[in-house]
Parts: sequence; C-alpha cells; structure tokens
Amino acid sequence: MHDNAPIPRGGPTNVTRRTFIKGVIAGGVVVSSTAYLFRNGPLSAQAARAGTVERLMTLEVNGQSRRVDVAPNETLANTLRYKLGLTGTKLGCDRAECGACTVLVDDVPRYACSVLTHSVRGRRIQTVEGLAAADGTLHPIQQGIIEEQGFQCAFCMSGFMMATVGFLKKNPNPTREELAHGVSGNLCRCQDYDKILTALERGAQLAREA
Amino acid sequence: MATIHDVIPPFQLFQPTTLDAAADLVREHGDEAWIMAGGMDSFDWLKDRTKRTEAVIDLSMVEELRGIREVEGGLEIGAMTTLTDVAEHPAVRDRFGVLAQAAALVASPQIRHQGTLGGNVSQDTRCAYYRRGWTCYRAGGNICYADTPTAINREHAILGASRCVAVSPSDTAPALVALDAQMVIRRGGQERVVEAEDYFVGPSRDIRHMTVLESGDLLTTIRIPATWAGARFYFEKVRDREVWDFPLVNVASAIRENGGRITEARVVVGAVAAHPLRLHDVEESLAGAMVNDETLVRAGELAIRGARPLRYNAYKVPLMRNLVKRAVRGGPTGTTA
Ligand SMILES: Cc1cc2nc3c(=O)[nH]c(=O)nc-3n(C[C@H](O)[C@H](O)[C@H](O)COP(=O)(O)OP(=O)(O)OC[C@H]3O[C@@H](n4cnc5c(N)ncnc54)[C@H](O)[C@@H]3O)c2cc1C
Ligand code: FES
Ligand code: FES
Repeated sequence: MHDNAPIPRGGPTNVTRRTFIKGVIAGGVVVSSTAYLFRNGPLSAQAARAGTVERLMTLEVNGQSRRVDVAPNETLANTLRYKLGLTGTKLGCDRAECGACTVLVDDVPRYACSVLTHSVRGRRIQTVEGLAAADGTLHPIQQGIIEEQGFQCAFCMSGFMMATVGFLKKNPNPTREELAHGVSGNLCRCQDYDKILTALERGAQLAREA
Repeated sequence: MATIHDVIPPFQLFQPTTLDAAADLVREHGDEAWIMAGGMDSFDWLKDRTKRTEAVIDLSMVEELRGIREVEGGLEIGAMTTLTDVAEHPAVRDRFGVLAQAAALVASPQIRHQGTLGGNVSQDTRCAYYRRGWTCYRAGGNICYADTPTAINREHAILGASRCVAVSPSDTAPALVALDAQMVIRRGGQERVVEAEDYFVGPSRDIRHMTVLESGDLLTTIRIPATWAGARFYFEKVRDREVWDFPLVNVASAIRENGGRITEARVVVGAVAAHPLRLHDVEESLAGAMVNDETLVRAGELAIRGARPLRYNAYKVPLMRNLVKRAVRGGPTGTTA
C-alpha cells in the first residue's frame, strides 16, 4: 500500500519503469486515452502518478473479504453490481436523489451511487444480500415485509430495507413518525409509503422480539 | 439534462492520510485537482460532465479533519465532520442549537451521513442554467440565462445580484455567520483565518466563485467562538419538499436579551443572495428594542429594503420579511426536520 502514501513535495525524481507502469494503471486511463498520458502539466508527469491509489483492493462486503479491481472513478454501486454481482443494490437516479442504492457502510446508510469505492476501503459494507442469515433465515425486516406485503414493484425495496436496518441501530424502538423520518431519504415511485411503513414497523417489532 | 448512466470520466485519485500531506497535494496541484470531501456536490458536476478534472484529492482518509473539539467555551469543527455528526453532537445541540438545526435540515439522512460541514459551506450554487453547463457569467461567459425575459428564476436572488442572479444554497452557512464563526484555511504550510461573513462572496467580488477559497486552499476547520453560546436561537428553512430540497429561503438568528430588551442580535438570511446575507441594519434596529409588534414590523421592512425580485421570485420578498420577523420573535418554527 506504499502507493497510497502522498508524494513528497516535488515528487520523486527517480521514476523506474515499473513505478511508471504502476502509476499508469492506477490512473485508470491506459485504455481510454493514451494521448492523455502524454499531455503536459504537473499531473501528466509520471511523478504525480506515483501518489495515486492502487486499483487492486480488498472490500469487506457482507462479512467477506473480496479482492476486486476498482477504477479510481468507480462508484460503490457500480463495484457492487458489476464487479461483485451484488445486483440487489439498485440504481435509480445515480444522483443521490432516490435512495434505491442505499447500503450500509459501518452500519450507516449511504447512497452507493454517490460513494467512491476507494473511499470505503477497509470499511464494513452491507448490502441487501447480506441481510439473511447463512442458513437462509430471513432478517426480521425481510420477514416483516413478507408478512405485510409492503411493496408493489419493489424496485425501491432493498434501499428501504438498508435504510431501515441502519436507522434501527440508532433507534430500535421508533414511532411511526420517527421511522418515516428515518427512511425519508428513500423514494418509492409506486407511492406505496403507507404500506411500506406498516411493513417496516412490523419488521422493527420482529427485530425487537428476536 | 438527461441523466447519464455510465461512469464518471477517468481521473487520478489521491488519498492522503494526513492533513499536512493533503494540504501539500492541494497546494501543488492547484487548479488541476478537485478536492472531494463527502462528494455530494462534486458527483453531480463530474457525472454530468459539466466540470471535469484530471485528478481528485479525496479527503476521506484524513482523520485529523474529522471531529468536534471543545475549545475555550467554543468549538472547533473539522471540515470533514459529517452533517449528521454536527447535528447530533451534544455541545452543538446544547450551546449552538442554531447550527444543529440547520445541519439536520440539509437534504436527506443519507446525504447528511456523508456530506461534510466543510463541503456544505464550499458547495457551488444550484442555478439550473449554470449547473447544466450553459456558458453564463459564472461559467466564464457573458450572459446570465436566469435573468432573461423568458428565464425560469423562481429560486434566484432578490438582493445583491450583480450580473449573475444565482443564490447561496447552503443551510449551514447562515447559521455559521450568525454564530460569528471563523474559517481556518491552509495553503501548503501557511494558515489563515477568515470570518464566516467574509468567507462567502457575491458576484460583484468574484462572479466565478461562491467563497474566498482559491485553488491551492484547503478549508481545515470551522471555529465557533464562545460568543453566542446558549443565546436565543432561531432557524427556519422553507422548501418545496420536506426532504432533499434546498432552501427557497432560510433564516438564522442569535439574540441576547436583558430584562426583556434585546442587547445584541445576529440575523442572517440564505438563498436570497449569492452569499448568506447578514442583515446589519436589522441587527442595529434591534439593539435596545423590546420584542413587540413594532420591533418585528420594523425588522421585517428593513430586511427587504432594496429587494429586486425577478419575474418568478417575487414571493421571496414577503417570505423573507416574515421569516425575519419570526427569527426575531422566536418560538417554535414551522419547519419539521
Ligand atoms: C440531492 C441533493 C440535495 C441536497 N440538498 C441540500 C440542502 O437541502 N441544503 C444544503 O445545504 N445542501 C444540500 N445539498 C448539497 C451538498 O451536497 C451537501 O449539503 C453537502 O454538505 C456537501 O458536502 P460534501 O462534503 O459532500 O461536499 P463535496 O462535494 O465533497 O464538496 C463540495 C465542494 O466544496 C469543495 N470542498 C469540500 N471540502 C473542502 C475543503 N475542506 N477545502 C476546500 N474545498 C472543499 C469541493 O472541492 C467541492 O467543490 C444537496 C445535495 C444533493 C445531491
Ligand atoms: S441511485 Fe443512488 S440515490 Fe438514486
Ligand atoms: S414499490 Fe415500486 S418503487 Fe417502491
């Protein structure tokens, strides 16, 4: 991980071919635009690249360590869906405006469409795929949704579930209003909020009883 | 603009882990690098390709920039402290409640969990023409598309416009100005301190930027002096939807009283001008006054003096007047968090 260390003032002067290539790969530009590499300016010099991130990284997802090759400009939603096959995380707006992509990072709900994957290196990520127990037992929130049939098309559902699971860690016994505020960063295009809240409340109750 | 569902154009990513390294990187790369805190403003620009960058300096690994410290009755808030942490911190809530309220009303829970206080006060304006990449004054052109006869300008400025009519969108900015906060800025190894009121700038001073930050500058700390600890505070934000939406107008006040008379006041309004507007005339009119109808009416009228609405934002004038009256009167706000 020495590559993550910031470069000293002025940058290294003695750049070997190996560090140059490493830098190029880290820059994520090798395929997309070779011309870009040879433009002038402080950042196009090899020296600057030596301080950039290493693409190959380990992500902690749903209790597993996953090795994955991540571009510097890649969002967590894209890494989860297209590199790790975890398509339960949905992309709705890709602009932090709908909540479909909500996942937990160290137990806190965040919009995966608006997180750089490299910025959550070493953090605990949980997606909807990580809710059920290893033996298939559903998470109380999932159970509550099945019992109350809370959603219509359910495109928004995994986001709502992750927002709820994160919120309940802070406030396990919320009023309906508090819960509504807790999941206020999630939209449902089927406008099914009343039933969704009933289902999430049922899930919260099951979680308290568990 | 159509939403583009593919990746952000490539950039190199720097992730310094210490403040010194971050400040040096920012200084060295200047204009060529984009500073990213929580990224909640940055992602839109980069995804929409209205702004591009060769490199991103991601501050998320710089632990020194996070957290809230109590200092001589005041607070020092690291620029990377999330809005959730600001809103929930006991000292902010107990002694500087106006800031906690403002932070709690930003956007949505997920955005507050990631968006930082430093990013909130350094974010760019929301003018739709500018954000969609039209080459207006702010983008280096020579026209303001929001101030043409056919423009849709419901969210724009009623005061202090100069060619550009965009407004400051931040919810925490008025609260920080009301608290006489100070911004600590690093430039390489040098540090300077700017009053919050001077941190935000309008188009007559700099039409391309919302703050005094220049390329190479890094905001490190927001200092809240003890001055207003425990004062009577008021914050209210009026917006279209209860979640996500930016303020149409917001107001923050801090008031000290003695025997029913106001001794000193700060009243600051956001989203009516390109920077949070501190109402010096109103503050002067309040000094020594009792809180009664006469005082409130005078404050409201003084607040809107000189207002020049555009075609679709005349509603902001009475809205601002009434919010200022409420901010002086105090009591429960109309805003639900
Ligand atoms: C859907 C949506 C709704 C929103 N609603 C609101 C709202 O209601 N009210 C509101 O106030 N805001 C709102 N925001 C705006 C804003 O994104 C957030 O408020 C957030 O606080 C910005 O912080 P950040 O750390 O994520 O910013 P970033 O995007 O990381 O940074 C914002 C800007 O500041 C610069 N910057 C950040 N930190 C520093 C630093 N330490 N030194 C120098 N420059 C720095 C960056 O280069 C960038 O230009 C909303 C955003 C979205 C996407
Ligand atoms: S896809 Fe992330 S918030 Fe909509
Ligand atoms: S159930 Fe269809 S989007 Fe929510």
